[in-house]
Amino acid sequence: MTERGAVPRFRRGVKFRFDGVRNAWVLLAPEKLFMPDEIAVEILKLIDGARSIDEIVDDLASRFDAPRDLIASDVITILEDLSMRAAVEL
Amino acid sequence: MGLIAELTHRCPLQCPYCSNPLALDAPKSELSMEDWMRVLDEAAALGVLQVHFSGGEPMARQDLPMLVAHAAAAGLYTNIITSGVLLTQAAMATLTEAGIDHIQLSFQDVRPADADQLGGYRGGHEKKIEAARRIREAGLPLTANFVIHRRNIERVEEMITLGEALGAERIEIAHAQYYGWALLNRNALLPSRDQLEYANTVVAAARERLKGRIAIDYVVPDYYAARPKACMGGWGNRFINISPSGKALPCHAAETLPGFTFPSVRENGLAAIWSESDAFTRFRGTDWMPEPCRACDRREIDWGGCRCQALAIAGDAGLTDPACHRSPDHHLMAEAITAAANAALDLVPRRLHQN
Repeated sequence: MTERGAVPRFRRGVKFRFDGVRNAWVLLAPEKLFMPDEIAVEILKLIDGARSIDEIVDDLASRFDAPRDLIASDVITILEDLSMRAAVEL
Repeated sequence: MGLIAELTHRCPLQCPYCSNPLALDAPKSELSMEDWMRVLDEAAALGVLQVHFSGGEPMARQDLPMLVAHAAAAGLYTNIITSGVLLTQAAMATLTEAGIDHIQLSFQDVRPADADQLGGYRGGHEKKIEAARRIREAGLPLTANFVIHRRNIERVEEMITLGEALGAERIEIAHAQYYGWALLNRNALLPSRDQLEYANTVVAAARERLKGRIAIDYVVPDYYAARPKACMGGWGNRFINISPSGKALPCHAAETLPGFTFPSVRENGLAAIWSESDAFTRFRGTDWMPEPCRACDRREIDWGGCRCQALAIAGDAGLTDPACHRSPDHHLMAEAITAAANAALDLVPRRLHQN
């Protein structure tokens, strides 16, 4: 079970950047490419190696009109998936 | 989208499972650094996000650090696929300075004597261990790649243990893919079904044990599959492979296909090659497909499988990949397994035949 206080960070060699050709954010990893959806992009933008999952959820809850619990569950689902695929460590 | 830049076919090793073509490009035919820099710029403009410097041994090119720096400046994610035997401390420092993002290091085995014999390079395994240490000390992510086949498959567990000990983020356990030299040596390399099942079991257990820490990519041999792999993610769909002499190929083995003229990046822009050339459009999408692919619900999942395998096994690049259980030629895969089981173990080492 992922702790809400955990601080997610991109794993070594993983880059999250905006691609001007596609006009979209991309997550580049060793021999892997992820095209995150809009929700994932908002979460990934907040990963800075300092913010905890709780702080990321707070930030999103202050900007988006959705229940905090729903946002929290989306954040954890997405981060756990990226952790399994070795893009993010928790 | 990815660009596979095969900088050279030169290589200090002689692995008999190499997927390079039997007719290797001569050193004097190689693209210049300026050509490659133009190709990298064109690739970035076309929407390529990652460049894989490959070969042969890409580190045999003295200008590799300049190409890495150029690619990084163009915004590309840079990866080197190397045997590691040329990765000295000085070379590692230069590549780090150039902005390399990731290195994939290949191993032939875990037992030094066997590894060196297969690669035809004395002391090679020891150099690879050193190379892995340098990659980690430079702060880079490491992928340890092990190509498995009949002669080393029983050490797959020790391979994963070695990958862990080296601090790899990713471990690739890749069954030899039977193109080029590997196809020539297929009878001596193809594992038995028992060997394959053993490897499957070991990999499944290791994946569970290493979950969230080390990702294990496992490439299975088509010969035992019921369904074909989506070769290159579909023809002309996700990858551009440039040969050392500058031919643009939808996959690294495509030069075996007859009736094709592969455009050269010396004379053509990458965007035109990608969108207009016969070579990239002929098997793109689903319009080219024969039955049983045409009516198949998986046609946009596996894209008909591999064209080179359809040619090599079924005799026609335009047919369904015989790896598919729905292919009328599927029995030919089982026949190849039987032939390999009864064959001698002689291997032909990969060597550069220079013109």
